[in-house]
Amino acid sequence: MIILLGRSLRHVLRSPDTIVTTAITPIAMMLLFVYVLGGAIRAGDGAYVDYLLPGILIVTVASGISYTAYRLFLDLRSGIFDRFQSMPIARSAVLWAHVLTSVVANLVSLVVVVLVAVVLGFRSSAGVPAWLAVAGILIFFTCALTWLAVLPGLTARTIDGASAFAYPLVFLPFVSSAFVPTGTMPGPVRAFAENQPVTSIVDTLRNLFAGQPAGSGIWTALAWCGGILIVAYVLATVAYRRRI
Amino acid sequence: MMAGMSASAAAIEVRGVRKSFREVRVLRGVDLEVARGSIVALLGSNGAGKTTLVRILSTLLRADEGTVRVNGFDVRTQGGDVRRSISLTGQFAAVDEILTGRENIVMMARLRRLKNPGRIADQLLRRFSLADAGGRRAGAYSGGMRRRLDIAMSLAGDPPVIFLDEPTTGLDPEGRLEVWQAIRELAAAGTTVLFTTQYLNEAEQLADRIAILHDGTIIVTGTLDELKRLRPAAKTLEDVFLDLVGGRR
Ligand SMILES: Nc1ncnc2c1ncn2[C@@H]1O[C@H](COP(=O)(O)OP(=O)(O)OP(=O)(O)O)[C@@H](O)[C@H]1O
Ligand SMILES: [Mg+2]
Repeated sequence: MIILLGRSLRHVLRSPDTIVTTAITPIAMMLLFVYVLGGAIRAGDGAYVDYLLPGILIVTVASGISYTAYRLFLDLRSGIFDRFQSMPIARSAVLWAHVLTSVVANLVSLVVVVLVAVVLGFRSSAGVPAWLAVAGILIFFTCALTWLAVLPGLTARTIDGASAFAYPLVFLPFVSSAFVPTGTMPGPVRAFAENQPVTSIVDTLRNLFAGQPAGSGIWTALAWCGGILIVAYVLATVAYRRRI
Repeated sequence: MMAGMSASAAAIEVRGVRKSFREVRVLRGVDLEVARGSIVALLGSNGAGKTTLVRILSTLLRADEGTVRVNGFDVRTQGGDVRRSISLTGQFAAVDEILTGRENIVMMARLRRLKNPGRIADQLLRRFSLADAGGRRAGAYSGGMRRRLDIAMSLAGDPPVIFLDEPTTGLDPEGRLEVWQAIRELAAAGTTVLFTTQYLNEAEQLADRIAILHDGTIIVTGTLDELKRLRPAAKTLEDVFLDLVGGRR
């Protein structure tokens, strides 16, 4: 699997634009919110970019994982997937290599986005343990969403179909506490916003960045990630089996 | 002990294999035996099910019914052992377009845990006249170069059984001769080769035995002479093939 991981990491390295495009949408959004909309949004006392960053990180992951679906789809169509499957290597290794590649590539994009945020004035009082917790949650979240991306990668009929599924994911943060507090939303929207995974993850990250205890929301956040991971993994395994 | 005996009897044993895709019954009871160290050509019209059969033999597809043993191992229950025994060159070149030609072969050698992957890659590149192109991205290769790289990739390591699905389609005459030469060397070294082809002269040139797949079954197998004797009026394998396949329609 290490060898296959090396292979797909090389793919990422040789098309660094995938990392750039992954980072560029969230960075553009961040600029838009901080400089255009941010002034009009009332969200706590600190700088708006501090409030904003967790949601932007979620957008980054959501747009990054579509490359996994894309690369997996290309592997299937080019026949190299079948070639690997006919070789004496663990059959799940091919999928895992793609998932881990996604985690690594997304981490790089996330670091880029955080650095840009720092340039825009993002400051955090979080200590090393809190940063590690942030990294841990984001990795877990990336892993879960990537397994979700494996599904269209395995089943899509066209390349557009393989990557289109990420768009709704990118917009999920808008109906959450990611950009504005949920308090001002009308009833049903608010109920949705407060009970969807992005809100619990965003709130937890925000607490950690602010140097506060993560709060009970962290368990909700971890439960969401774990739940998505398990369901996506099972569905991906079923989709994979049906190919044989 | 039965298993051991059957293992030494034939490299590939196919019994009563059936496979349908929804209502399309592609394979309707295929029987085929390939002796160790021999070269067998599988002939059939487009859509006859050659690729389907090869995919079942290489554990990429599961048969609906029937048993298949490769190198003595059951494809259904001993898939891992089968995959250790085989190498597959699929109908369409499956190379990594982003890696260079050399990196592609090195990757195969490392996946098979061979020693000296670099040296193996250089040897194979030379053997398939790709030494100069080895450092370029495979995505920039011509169709024929890609195909030769594809075959070179499956020859890394020396598994006892090799499947080649239309290995020479799209190759120029020189490339075809290189592949033929490689196949002959493999068989001379004791490797069992099963290949499919659309070129009847390729079957004539290379194969010890020829099997014709038609209407979901193997309608005949035999040496070239045996096949020709079936239809004394026919002069070439082509005549025999067209006669057999046409006569059944
Ligand atoms: N995955 C699949 N789903 C549905 N039908 C399939 C699938 N794979 C193959 N078939 C059908 O099975 C039949 C046999 O296909 P196969 O590819 O095995 O033929 P072939 O002998 O290799 O043909 P060719 O000479 O064109 O390569 C065809 O009718 C094809 O449409
Ligand atoms: Mg075919």
